[in-house]
Amino acid sequence: MSKVLMKGNEAIGAAAIQAGCKYFFGYPITPQSELPEYMARELPKVGGVFLQAESEIAAINMVYGAAGAGARVMTSSSSPGISLKQEGISYLAGAELPCLIVNIMRGGPGLGSIQPSQTDYFQATRGGGNGDYRLVVYAPANIQEMVDLIIEGFDVADQYRNPVMILGDGMIGQMMEPVEFKPPKKRDLPEKDWATTGTGGKRKPNIINSLYIAPEDLEAHNIKLQAKYKKIKENEVKVESYNIEDADVVISAYGTTARIAKTAIAKLEKEGYKVGLIRPITLWPYPYDEFKKINPSCKGVLTVEMNTGQMVDDVKIAVEGKFPVHFYGRTGGMVPTPEAIIENVKKICGGEI
Amino acid sequence: MLKDKRIRIIIGHYGSGKSEFSINYAVKLAEMGRKVALADIDIVNMYFRSREKTREMEKLGIKVIASHINTPAVEVPSISAEVYGPLQDKSYDFVIDVGGDQVGARALGRYVDYFKEGEYDMFFVLNANRPETQTAQKAYEYMVKIQDVSRARITGIVNNTHLLKATGVEDVLRGQKLALEVQEKTGIPIRYISVMEELVPQLPKDLEGEILPIKLFLRDDWML
Repeated sequence: MSKVLMKGNEAIGAAAIQAGCKYFFGYPITPQSELPEYMARELPKVGGVFLQAESEIAAINMVYGAAGAGARVMTSSSSPGISLKQEGISYLAGAELPCLIVNIMRGGPGLGSIQPSQTDYFQATRGGGNGDYRLVVYAPANIQEMVDLIIEGFDVADQYRNPVMILGDGMIGQMMEPVEFKPPKKRDLPEKDWATTGTGGKRKPNIINSLYIAPEDLEAHNIKLQAKYKKIKENEVKVESYNIEDADVVISAYGTTARIAKTAIAKLEKEGYKVGLIRPITLWPYPYDEFKKINPSCKGVLTVEMNTGQMVDDVKIAVEGKFPVHFYGRTGGMVPTPEAIIENVKKICGGEI
Repeated sequence: MLKDKRIRIIIGHYGSGKSEFSINYAVKLAEMGRKVALADIDIVNMYFRSREKTREMEKLGIKVIASHINTPAVEVPSISAEVYGPLQDKSYDFVIDVGGDQVGARALGRYVDYFKEGEYDMFFVLNANRPETQTAQKAYEYMVKIQDVSRARITGIVNNTHLLKATGVEDVLRGQKLALEVQEKTGIPIRYISVMEELVPQLPKDLEGEILPIKLFLRDDWML
């Protein structure tokens, strides 16, 4: 299939359907409402179900039900709506249910604004819900990558029996870009023999549950979850990086912010500056090891985000104190410019910060 | 362009490039010395609207009208009453940038009394690279739906087929083929081919419709 021009939110829907997603439960919120709109129109055509729930809380619990029955299912929202879903997300993680959750982030805290942001990094990677759980979190930087990660994300969710989150900002949801739908690389996925599909009188009932009455059982369950997370950390880290072995400054950024950083790096290169990039594609598991490849005489790592400094904590963990870590961010729906990033890089090079 | 009717209504499937066309069209008119007003009456979409380029357009003397609430992030479907100004004041060349699909076109309904035959043009912006308008039949269905809601008649087709900065001549020509099919099916003529200015020299000279060389106002330099 040749390239078509799609809006980010539409492309998410098209990718999910291509990945075999049959069920969407959600509640509209700007800036991702084109996605439920797309699913409402397109899912019935493939024998699926779109249901606008009465609230985000209802929607995430419908996801829990469908995932428990073994279906490919997703939901989506934007920041305040994702906050409402946190209880359900914790339950999904506890009950080890595969699903895809899309967060097209807007400004916060609270109702915030409808303009783009990256202020839910903590919530996505540290868990907004209770308990020792992790989500696999992807931060696509363009619509093509988002499409590819959604298709792969459903498989990753099934492989590990774990919720997967696509974390995009309002810009990537609203932007139009050329996109191509390529047949995905197939993973060998385990049978969903745990799903509540009816015993047929041939087996014991499967139970979907996150409640453990005996403390030793819950501890054993948590140890099992941690072993799974360890495997995900070993196998699923994704990162893009370049120029870091001989960089004077390395920029770390994710999502659309990374693209602005790339434009800045290209302009700096023309002026003779050696600037590298580390772009985490998975925010969890985080690509800590990539930072070990940075030029030992690098003057500093600049983290750029559309928030007041969240991923910068992971960058500090990753550099193990070897380099000064700086931060530049815009928030409230403001988008950083390449020029502002360039100015910050020059300050680091000049020893001004 | 100067022969177009004083009121130009720009409609189409969302994401087809209505706002880029509207801004470029208004800018061209202003550069030709006309007194121009542009109304952004998009109440559907909150991002990438022509009002984001108000400052750039005002520098060229274009009067920009949008919501009376002056902030880009307001979700209230509010349109300034100022729209009536250029509708009534015939000294203006008026470009109305409408929201996408029939949902966006609904906002036109309140101005229907001003859309008298022969006094307005309504251009349907068509992008053959949008999955929903890749065939003449599908494009036609959008035209009918939008036209019904707007209660005005489409008077021209704009071939605005592109892939943003990755657009090639072949995209424009494929779009032109589709636009010709739509023209045949509806009897509505192709009025413009809107093309990024750097591609214009590579286009054949005998294409139907007027070539409008455009700049991308709404794409920052880091965007594709």
